[in-house]
Amino acid sequence: MSSPETASERTVRHAFGNVLAFFVLLLIGVLAFSIRLFSVIKYESVIHEFDPYFNYRVTQFLTKNGIYDFWNWFDDRTWYPLGRVIGGTVYPGLTLTAGTLWWVLHSLNIPLSVETVCVFTAPTFSAFASWATYLLTKEVKGPGAGLAAATLLGMVPSYISRSVAGSYDNEAVAIFALIFTFFLYIKTLNTGSLFYATLNAISYFYMVCSWGGYTFIINLIPIHVLLCIVTGRYSSRLYIAYAPLVVLGTLLAALVPVVGFNAVMTSEHFASFLVFIILHVVALVYYIKGILSPRMFKVAVTLVLSIGLAVCCAVISILIAVVASSPTKGWSGRSLSLLDPTYASKYIPIIASVSEHQPPAWPSYFMDINVLAFLVPAGIIACFLPLSDASSFAVLYIVTSVYFSGVMVRLMLVLAPAACIMSGIALSEAFDALTGSIKFQLLGFSTENSQVGVGDASPDNAPAQKNAVKSDASENTLKDRTSRKNKKKEKERGKEEQGGQSSLQSQIKMRLQVLPLESSIIGVFLLIMLGAFYVVHCVWAAAEAYSAPSIVLTSHSQNGLHVFDDFREAYAWLRHNTEVDDKVASWWDYGYQTTAMANRTVIVDNNTWNNTHIATVGTAMSSPEKAAWEIFNSLDVKYVLVVFGGLVGYPSDDINKFLWMVRIGGGVFPHIKEPDYLRDGQYRIDSQATPTMLNCLMYKLSYYRFVDADGKGFDRVRQTEIGKKHFKLTHFEEVFTTHHWMVRIYKLKPPKNRIRGKAKKSKSKASSISSSKKSTKIKKNPWL
Amino acid sequence: MGLRLDLLLLAAALLFSPALSDLVILKVDRRVDLTSQIVRVTSTLKVENNGKDAVTEVLLVFPDRQVKNLAYLFAVSSAGKGKAKSYSHTLSVNEINLKGMPPSLVGYLVSLPEPLGKGESYTLDVLAVYTHSLKPFPEKITQADIQLLVFEDSAYYLSPYEVKAQSLTVKLPQARIESYTRIENTKLHGSDIKYGPYENLPPFSHSPIVVHFESNRPFAVARELVREVEISHWGNVQVTEYYNVVNRGSEITGEFSRLEFQARPHIRGPSSFRNLVAKLPPRTHSVYYRDEIGNISTSHLWSDSKKTELEIEPRYPMFGGWRTAFTIGYGLPLQDFLFESEGKRFLNFSFGSPINEIIVDTLFMKIVLPEGSNDITVTAPFPIKESRETKLSHLDLVGRPVIILEKSNVVPEHNQYFQVYYTFSGISMLREPLMLIFGFFFLFITYILYMHADISISKSSPSYLAKMQWEEVQAVIQQVENIVSRCLAVHEKLEASLQDLSRTGVVQACKSVRKSADSTLKELYKEMKPLLSFLQSSSQAAHILPKVEELVTKERELQEKLMTKHLTVVDCYEKKLGGREIENRINAHQQKITVLRQEVDDLLDYIDEL
Repeated sequence: MSSPETASERTVRHAFGNVLAFFVLLLIGVLAFSIRLFSVIKYESVIHEFDPYFNYRVTQFLTKNGIYDFWNWFDDRTWYPLGRVIGGTVYPGLTLTAGTLWWVLHSLNIPLSVETVCVFTAPTFSAFASWATYLLTKEVKGPGAGLAAATLLGMVPSYISRSVAGSYDNEAVAIFALIFTFFLYIKTLNTGSLFYATLNAISYFYMVCSWGGYTFIINLIPIHVLLCIVTGRYSSRLYIAYAPLVVLGTLLAALVPVVGFNAVMTSEHFASFLVFIILHVVALVYYIKGILSPRMFKVAVTLVLSIGLAVCCAVISILIAVVASSPTKGWSGRSLSLLDPTYASKYIPIIASVSEHQPPAWPSYFMDINVLAFLVPAGIIACFLPLSDASSFAVLYIVTSVYFSGVMVRLMLVLAPAACIMSGIALSEAFDALTGSIKFQLLGFSTENSQVGVGDASPDNAPAQKNAVKSDASENTLKDRTSRKNKKKEKERGKEEQGGQSSLQSQIKMRLQVLPLESSIIGVFLLIMLGAFYVVHCVWAAAEAYSAPSIVLTSHSQNGLHVFDDFREAYAWLRHNTEVDDKVASWWDYGYQTTAMANRTVIVDNNTWNNTHIATVGTAMSSPEKAAWEIFNSLDVKYVLVVFGGLVGYPSDDINKFLWMVRIGGGVFPHIKEPDYLRDGQYRIDSQATPTMLNCLMYKLSYYRFVDADGKGFDRVRQTEIGKKHFKLTHFEEVFTTHHWMVRIYKLKPPKNRIRGKAKKSKSKASSISSSKKSTKIKKNPWL
Repeated sequence: MGLRLDLLLLAAALLFSPALSDLVILKVDRRVDLTSQIVRVTSTLKVENNGKDAVTEVLLVFPDRQVKNLAYLFAVSSAGKGKAKSYSHTLSVNEINLKGMPPSLVGYLVSLPEPLGKGESYTLDVLAVYTHSLKPFPEKITQADIQLLVFEDSAYYLSPYEVKAQSLTVKLPQARIESYTRIENTKLHGSDIKYGPYENLPPFSHSPIVVHFESNRPFAVARELVREVEISHWGNVQVTEYYNVVNRGSEITGEFSRLEFQARPHIRGPSSFRNLVAKLPPRTHSVYYRDEIGNISTSHLWSDSKKTELEIEPRYPMFGGWRTAFTIGYGLPLQDFLFESEGKRFLNFSFGSPINEIIVDTLFMKIVLPEGSNDITVTAPFPIKESRETKLSHLDLVGRPVIILEKSNVVPEHNQYFQVYYTFSGISMLREPLMLIFGFFFLFITYILYMHADISISKSSPSYLAKMQWEEVQAVIQQVENIVSRCLAVHEKLEASLQDLSRTGVVQACKSVRKSADSTLKELYKEMKPLLSFLQSSSQAAHILPKVEELVTKERELQEKLMTKHLTVVDCYEKKLGGREIENRINAHQQKITVLRQEVDDLLDYIDEL
């Protein structure tokens, strides 16, 4: 300590710090990757859930047919008979990413299958995301906070839930793109470099390619810009950070087919343009202020304000009129349900029916971000000490994302990085303070002793404190004046590492924040405990809660692990034992899986773009057998697939989803009325159930011959005996039921089985249905 | 059909009998095994030469209806001299035709190990294996029905020679028989039907029989099987088998009820099969069983030192007409299968499918040799169609040679070893690791070069020069900073000496420290002078200069204050003043020192940032 530190020694220390940080980051990447492998180890390397199957199928198509065929792909195996233009309706970022990875690997002759690449895309990108978090937090509060935030993000359960190996969904790469875009924005803001601004626009383009959540970026950044302007932090750096992003970003975004002209037409993007205009006005004002004398400026302001206000009012009123003339005010349903959380449940049952669009329950915050929830406020406080452009952005990010996560469970995912950044900052600052005071107490104790030991401590302390306060203030002004590039970093390094040079300096600094030795040690210990608790929770969440692929279920019993592989059993059966052009009808949840795993044409799938079509299937499921048969027959359906959990107690089966089918069906076909299926407002399937319920197709297909299985017909999900036990199917026949009865497949009986007395009538109807305007006819009068 | 065949046979007998009448078959025992889907007919023939010339060949004939399904033909001498050479397909149909054989017959010549002289006799066993010759009847059954099969053959042994005595035994899987053709000397023993003995029948005697019986044995047929064997000289043989299986039994019609199947699987789904058993070589490791949508969890593996047994269950029970596809993969130790002889390496591997009693319609055996193998030859115990291709995998540059062996109608009898000979040098093994090592090496080298290389386009542009100058200035500022920090270190020493003083009260030591500090500081200032003058002269440093100068002056001030403080304290000690007194005296200095120190630190920080 006493020996003077030479320049070379310092460079070595610096390099050592960098190398250490590099290895820590490497380890964080490994951690982020490997914590997501529980699903592969506990289950298998397989694509999870629903949407990933679609993405997987698209990727397969891409790798097989190339990029141009991909853009022009019209998929006739789904939404029969409408089909779907995949190239124009899908966010291509994920697919292109995995496709490129696959292509690179194959050009190096590394024979990984498309499936393997898809399975491991999400963990790979979560490693990237934690590195991006490091960069972002480093820009905000220095590398220490960056490393802490990256570690936290590497294993935050909320993000794990969407990015375990096999969870091949848009969010997996989008979170990385989101954080990286924010990082580049902050970087541009801190440096004012046009290079980073361009990178920022490209990164934004990647985000637009990947996820519909890009609207969060294009709204959050304008809000921040506005905040900076309002708080008087306008600078040319701000201009460089924002203006190129809007221009380039919008142009690039419009290149993505699924966005296209939405990039300028919808209200989601409106804020960015408004702020763009405001920014230019402000820039102009600053310019004029520079060239005019203060008095002239005042005159100009009054002049411009009076004219400008009038013009602005006119323009805004026109804009409002235009926007208001569209029924949804130019907002998409999902965005509207963000602004008004009750919107979806009132108007769009199809959005409301998805569980991830529901508001989260309180425990889910604890489950998904765990101790971060407690650290976030501390982080916010740390961001205000001192408040810079970057830290104000971080605060804004956390505040908005907390709101959004409160509206939709799914957006918990956006909250997670913000929470990690905040907690990283909080942890880093707290450790800084505590270890600093420990160091001071242990190393600097003798010095202090002698200094004060001669006399009383109090007179010495007071001015020091004053000084410290003053120095803090000067620090702030310093920061405002200069770009704060690496300021904080140097500060911390100065505190922690350059002991030789600045032990005196730190001594003085420490004096004001110094804590008693015991309490700092306890504090450090508690913080470590907190971190340990977080790690334990994350590992548990990754291993137990979020790793199930949902197509394979397991249960533990006395004789070991029991595997329920019924979904794949059914899909494999369909794939191998039905004709290649057969159509399979099921509730839309299983559409993606059926096309991907069974390779059969489906009527509706998880891309719920056509409400009427889904309502038709919902109506068929809620109609009596004969009417349902006619709907299905008119859709050329050959097999009907239902998911039934009553035998083994699998709760997310079709009977539990049935009310949504009724609601969505009833929304389009008014003769399906929800009250008909409810007894006194209660949904039940036991002997108290309504006759409509007991006679609808879904009930019959689910419980066909169920009573013979145990003699009573006891449904283990609903915990009750079923209402109607013995019945025969007249228009359908069972062709396959899986081992645990979880998937049951029925075949439509050929038309000759129709009731003869009405043969004539139904014939005329059938011909009308099979005419060219199929779907509209169905809508009007499908079976009556 | 039967009638037509009869007529043809009659015609053949008339035309043909004189030509081959030298041999006489003394006794034929035929045993037809119908216990599985593969029909195995074992015939024990005792032939005698009644002619004058020595005979070297025995002609076997089969109706072409059977030949179509004939998968395997094998003859052994049962004279107790060990195995005779095996013969099959030695003669083509045309060649027989030339001798006047009717077109519905196909002949095979069996060469005898030594010519058969007059009056000598010879006994041989002929094994003929047929696939797809059991026809389900009725063709479609419901889930609960049992599966009934029809087998057609002749009660008499079809031979171009006169047969003195013969018998036929048909072995059925179960005693339940729907019907069977009764002719003279027909007996039923349990699940065996016995025809014969019949004596002195002329050549080409024929008497069709039909057996209609129950069999619920699995009818697993692999429509296509691709076995890929990849050799790694690092010690592993990786086998991957792609199956495309169908149940060729009676097709299921009507409903499939899981309830009925689960309640009484043996009664309510008798015609289905649930599992297949594969016998893998010993020391098999890393076995997997999956299909295109993921792992299939219903499998069991047993292993001992002799073999490894893998029981696999398809995802769903296989009813008649149902299809499935799956993949089995496993690794084998290299030393069990790869040997060396005469400078060449050879792979010794079995040909057919390891699954018990499965028929393979078309089998592709792909042997992937390591990259750099050449001089490849294949020897196989039976004729196989052979072709070549190249496969690129795992960092290959030119690709690995692949030998494709194709054969249709493969039965378990084809599980015989074939050999692939090739040459391969051990150094080629190291190519890929070396490639990786050098790849990474060059990556790092390029990065290092990139970091050290000056790749600016123009060396004379003003911006470049400015940059160079700025770097120089930065270096100088760095030096200044260093000196300042060294000064600060000296200050610290002074402070430390004061502490020592307060502890020990030795004034002399303190003074000497001050002296030395004084001299070092002076030296440092000397060092700093040229640096400062350089900064003053440099245009690039204009904007930073005031700060640097401020830093230097502040530092001076600080130093002076410290010195005075030091002086005062030492003075006080010399005068033996009390602690409070000293405190009061230095208080003013102390305050200034703190302020100055703070300022110096801030300035240092500020300069650092640049």
